[in-house]
Amino acid sequence: MSKLIIIGSGPAGFTAAIYAARAELSPVLFASSVEVGGELMNTTEVENFPGFPEGIQGPELMAKLQEQAEKFGTTVRYDDVTALDLSGDVKRVTLGNGAVEEADAVIFATGSAYRKIGIEGEQRLSGHGVSYCATCDGFFFRERTIAVVGGGDSAMEEATFLTRFASKVYVIHRREELRASKIMQQRAFADPKIEFVWNSEVVDILGEDSVSGVVLRSTVDGSTRELPLEGVFVAIGNDPRTHLVHDQLRLTDAGTVWVDGRSSRTSITGVFAAGDVIDPTYRQAVTAAGSGTVAALDAEHFLASLDDAGALAADADQIEELPVA
Amino acid sequence: MTATATSSKTWTEDVLQADGPVLVDFWAAWCGPCRMVAPILDEIASEHQGKITILKLNVDENPDLAMKYQITSIPALKVFEAGEVKKTIIGAKPKVALEQDLATFLA
Repeated sequence: MSKLIIIGSGPAGFTAAIYAARAELSPVLFASSVEVGGELMNTTEVENFPGFPEGIQGPELMAKLQEQAEKFGTTVRYDDVTALDLSGDVKRVTLGNGAVEEADAVIFATGSAYRKIGIEGEQRLSGHGVSYCATCDGFFFRERTIAVVGGGDSAMEEATFLTRFASKVYVIHRREELRASKIMQQRAFADPKIEFVWNSEVVDILGEDSVSGVVLRSTVDGSTRELPLEGVFVAIGNDPRTHLVHDQLRLTDAGTVWVDGRSSRTSITGVFAAGDVIDPTYRQAVTAAGSGTVAALDAEHFLASLDDAGALAADADQIEELPVA
Repeated sequence: MTATATSSKTWTEDVLQADGPVLVDFWAAWCGPCRMVAPILDEIASEHQGKITILKLNVDENPDLAMKYQITSIPALKVFEAGEVKKTIIGAKPKVALEQDLATFLA
């Protein structure tokens, strides 16, 4: 049995591991089998992580965080967690191979998953022109006309990145202004290959074996029109990944795991949560890292209180035993 | 055991004229999920030797084949039998899920 299990390998999980390992809690971190490193693995240049004035590649940053966590004694395991039982004093974690691992405390840092538009053509043509990862798939759209759906930072980053390959990139957005940060907006506005399609939502994706176009509906007057293109990159946001805990932990109205105030304490004692899975608002690598720190410190405090309680109980046992001796 | 690389030059011999099922992993060095799935495929290859051949095709170095097989997302895993694509799996998946997808070829 471990003292502490950390689930998730993004900035929150690895930062929690660095702190917990330095506190000699020998944390075991379950990183998953195919999504190690989390969302930053699919980004290119990270320019806003403090301490890297020249920028750093997302995968390189995650490799460094993992190295730092392991250096201080974190055990990283490439297993998928398929079920959690958080109800008892001993927390049980079931893995993809059926094995069950136990710990006194759990830090839940599973992050978020990309949101789908939720239309029929999207599912059918996923991997055939519909993509959720510009850095993975942009290469295949050389000299093609494509669209990015969304108006946030990740949509702007994808659109700008995709101009390396595509001949034309539409940015389709439901409103007439962007949520993206000013610097990302300016970069996209200045790019001659990017054309903004405002006040429009994608209601269908067309094509038999591969994408041939999208059907757009105006959010102003409801009119629809077709826009021919060969690729659709969906970047409309993320949803917290709570499927392992939604029936055990209290959630917020936003669908994130509820935590007590500024702490990482969830509705179950001994279970802490950190990163995008508790954050509907900021969702930055560095806020996730900060959140992971909070979780490690809270877990450390909780485990220390268990040790104290254990020591007291042991003392009590000795006192009771005295008359017998 | 690490999966052997195939290429446009050896494609006909390696894949189209091969005996038994051949899984081709369309990948590239810049693809993070491809790096995650590669060791899982190596494990599957070692555990099911003689049932399925697993080969890697670098899409950067072989754009003709990537285009021919309409690859727009990687990793893309295609199982060929008698020169025809019998199964396509897109995206990195955990080992258990891949083994389920490939069950008919691993039995």
